Amino acid sequence: MNPKIAAELRESIGGERFSTAPEDLVAYAYDGTWAETRPDAVAHPEMTEHVASILRMADNLRIPVVPRGSGTGLAGGSIPVKGSICLNLARMNRILEVSVADSLAVAQPGVITFDLQKAVEKQGLFYPPDPASVYQCSIGGNVATNAGGPRCLKYGVTGDYVLGLELVLAGGHVMRLGGRTIKDVAGYNLKQLFIGSEGTLGVVTEITVQLIPKPAAQRTALAAFPRLADACVAVGNILQAGVVPLVTELMDQGTTRAVEEFKHLGLPTDVEALLLVAVDGDEALVGRDIGLVAEILKKSGAREVRHAKSAQESEELWEARRSISPAIARLGRNKLGEDITVPRSKIPEMVSRLREIGRANDLSIVVYGHIGDGNLHPTILCDRRDAGMMKRVEKAAGEVLDASIALGGSLTGEHGIGIFKRDHVAAGLDPVALGWMRQFKRLLDPHGIMNPGKKLPAD
Amino acid sequence: MGVYDPAPGQRVFGATLPSYDELQGCIRCGRCLPVCPTYQQTQLETFSPRGRLSLMRAVEDGILGITRGVEEHLYHCLDCRACNTVCPPGVRIGELILRGRVAVEKKHPRSVLMKFVLRHILTGAGRAEILSLPLRLVRALGLDRLGALILGWIPGIGIKIRQLVEFSPQLGRPVRRELAHITESQGEKKHRVAYFLGCMMNVAMPEVSRATVRVLTRVGCEVVTPRGQMCCGAPQDDQAMLELSRDMARRNIALFEKDLESVEAIVTDCAGCSGALKEYAEWLHDDPAWAARAKSFSFKVRDIAEWLDAVWPAQMKLAHTPARATYHDPCHLANVQGVRQQPRNLLARVQGLDVAPLPDSFPVRCCGSAGIYNITHTAMALDLLDRKMQDVASTGAQLVVSANPGCLMQLDWGRKRGTNKIEVKHVVQILDESLDQEK
Repeated sequence: MNPKIAAELRESIGGERFSTAPEDLVAYAYDGTWAETRPDAVAHPEMTEHVASILRMADNLRIPVVPRGSGTGLAGGSIPVKGSICLNLARMNRILEVSVADSLAVAQPGVITFDLQKAVEKQGLFYPPDPASVYQCSIGGNVATNAGGPRCLKYGVTGDYVLGLELVLAGGHVMRLGGRTIKDVAGYNLKQLFIGSEGTLGVVTEITVQLIPKPAAQRTALAAFPRLADACVAVGNILQAGVVPLVTELMDQGTTRAVEEFKHLGLPTDVEALLLVAVDGDEALVGRDIGLVAEILKKSGAREVRHAKSAQESEELWEARRSISPAIARLGRNKLGEDITVPRSKIPEMVSRLREIGRANDLSIVVYGHIGDGNLHPTILCDRRDAGMMKRVEKAAGEVLDASIALGGSLTGEHGIGIFKRDHVAAGLDPVALGWMRQFKRLLDPHGIMNPGKKLPAD
Repeated sequence: MGVYDPAPGQRVFGATLPSYDELQGCIRCGRCLPVCPTYQQTQLETFSPRGRLSLMRAVEDGILGITRGVEEHLYHCLDCRACNTVCPPGVRIGELILRGRVAVEKKHPRSVLMKFVLRHILTGAGRAEILSLPLRLVRALGLDRLGALILGWIPGIGIKIRQLVEFSPQLGRPVRRELAHITESQGEKKHRVAYFLGCMMNVAMPEVSRATVRVLTRVGCEVVTPRGQMCCGAPQDDQAMLELSRDMARRNIALFEKDLESVEAIVTDCAGCSGALKEYAEWLHDDPAWAARAKSFSFKVRDIAEWLDAVWPAQMKLAHTPARATYHDPCHLANVQGVRQQPRNLLARVQGLDVAPLPDSFPVRCCGSAGIYNITHTAMALDLLDRKMQDVASTGAQLVVSANPGCLMQLDWGRKRGTNKIEVKHVVQILDESLDQEK
């Protein structure tokens, strides 16, 4: 970066909040994937004014700005682009308010989602969105990707809880959208436009989220299905019976084997699928519901069902789900985790297509996911150092996305488009809608400085 | 972009790492960030485990030289290993960072003073004892306070001098020479153990060592204390002096081998030492002459809390004057050795103690002591200490219990800096006092 420009930027937000040191550029070059591009500078704003100041100057100077929360994204959304400033929002990490009277919380974008959950639970309240990276991801990043997690069938995604946002736009203009109420139809609903926009339209600097009462109890059942298709039907049967499960987590045979090898939990490894179902509510309700769920699972073709009679037993069943990520990490040197969604009825078809894709490209693909909402995470095991293999991985990943679209699904349920799926967006969107998306982007960011080269396909 | 391009390895760190592959094992999920104390303080990626590994990888990949910045960031690490306990793919992050320090040592060596101290003073209980004599004299004459008063005004180093004087513990009468080679058990002999004297324990808190021997003999252990013990090697290992730490390991192994067959365990009341002694097998795994001997040695090492919890006689009661206590896990006991429950079990046996949980105990958040970190990185160490003391205050405890000399001295520094009336004690001191009350 031109030293004169760097000096100006540094001066605008204070010396220790701006760096061009080579070590900092290396440490802010990545997110939760293996891709990396070093920025030209890193800024560590501590308040909205700092963000505004950077965006004002960057807009004047036409320097790209890439916002970053905890750098845990899985699509490359917060990976810097060449010549950019990385805007590290981790220091804006204060919870500004938890209001019991209004059932809401106000937080800065760098607050770790788990810290927000803990803070509101102390007041008997509940913030349901629960991405797998909950311990390390930031609420700002959750808004930027409209993050989900396993509880979405019952409780919805991040965007369903955002009541209000404070944003800074390119040029440094500060804007507030929404507020502290659930009902709000004054003006256009611009708020939802920014949720899931992956930092391409503006930078979120304050978030007001809605909270609900904390359910008192949870119970879990784990079922072994000889046929994977039956597990999908079982979820529909549970809903039909009037129970909306908290989670419905599917593990295919490959995943189950990996977990069993890693943790020796005594899981059946000879069946096509394991299905973990949890219900929540008050103590009496969960006891009744989990009994009903267990019965339906059996009737739907489960060979065996373990259902927890206590919170302690529930924890033991959850151990299997929690071990998936480390177990898979041990299977191969690297992995490419996809994030497709398909209508629930198409899951069996999708899983068999995934098997074909794996076979055709000579790759191992394991599948797990939140099947209640149709969100699957096919994970391709690979080795970055093997160039030939990585070519096949790239091809297989493309085929996975094509298959998902062909079955009426989406390219991404919760990770986002980032850079990884950019080439596939056009295929997954209505062309007229895409045209309007480009127009919105141009309107809000005329000089194209906000996280360019992400989210939308290249012109 | 290079999304799918494998990066070349330069083998800079690879030469001293267990393997370069392990460095590549970081999947960059960021799970280590929220548990890393230095990241918590700064919210800067370069102060996180993931950031440190990335810097090492960038050097390997030829993107970054071995800069002063890389060196500083590797030494900002507390070596508390909280990251290791949460890493999903199980990368041994703490160990990798220590090996990284070895790789930068040639270009950015430790200071002459540091090397001198680690090579000639902190090498064993005996040596540390003799060379602590000047310090004892200074203290006895009150010259330390006087010095701090005068020198404390020098700009730059003045504050450091005042901090050092405030921090430095009262030195007791060393226990090493008064300990017989064999101390018999009181009553029926049920076990035979070898006792490893830590350098810091012997010089800075010999009362703890005395309590350890008393408690061991009370529960029926005959205690063998081999003469001529070396330092465990942990401080040297921490400061990139691998050859020296390995050499100490070999000498300790040889010294204890005579009694190894006849003892059930090698115990020590210093959690830093027990962690290092258990790592001897790993330190010497690639030395064909020593690998097997190191393995048999490490296999018998037990931290005092671990050992006492295992052999405590059910009928032996403990009673203490009523007090609210809290237990601070030493990082090298909890995060490195996984010994969390045993000290708590022992404290739970003590009637009269109401033990309140200390926040952030899993994984434990470092108190800032971290070997010699509080001397080399005082500002960060004090920030962490202040947070720890706030946690202690939130429990309402009058008694802060821990199990490592570094932690005990750091917590005691916190006591001196604060206004809360608290006492800082080792687990074995509590047991020793509680046995006395029961007598």
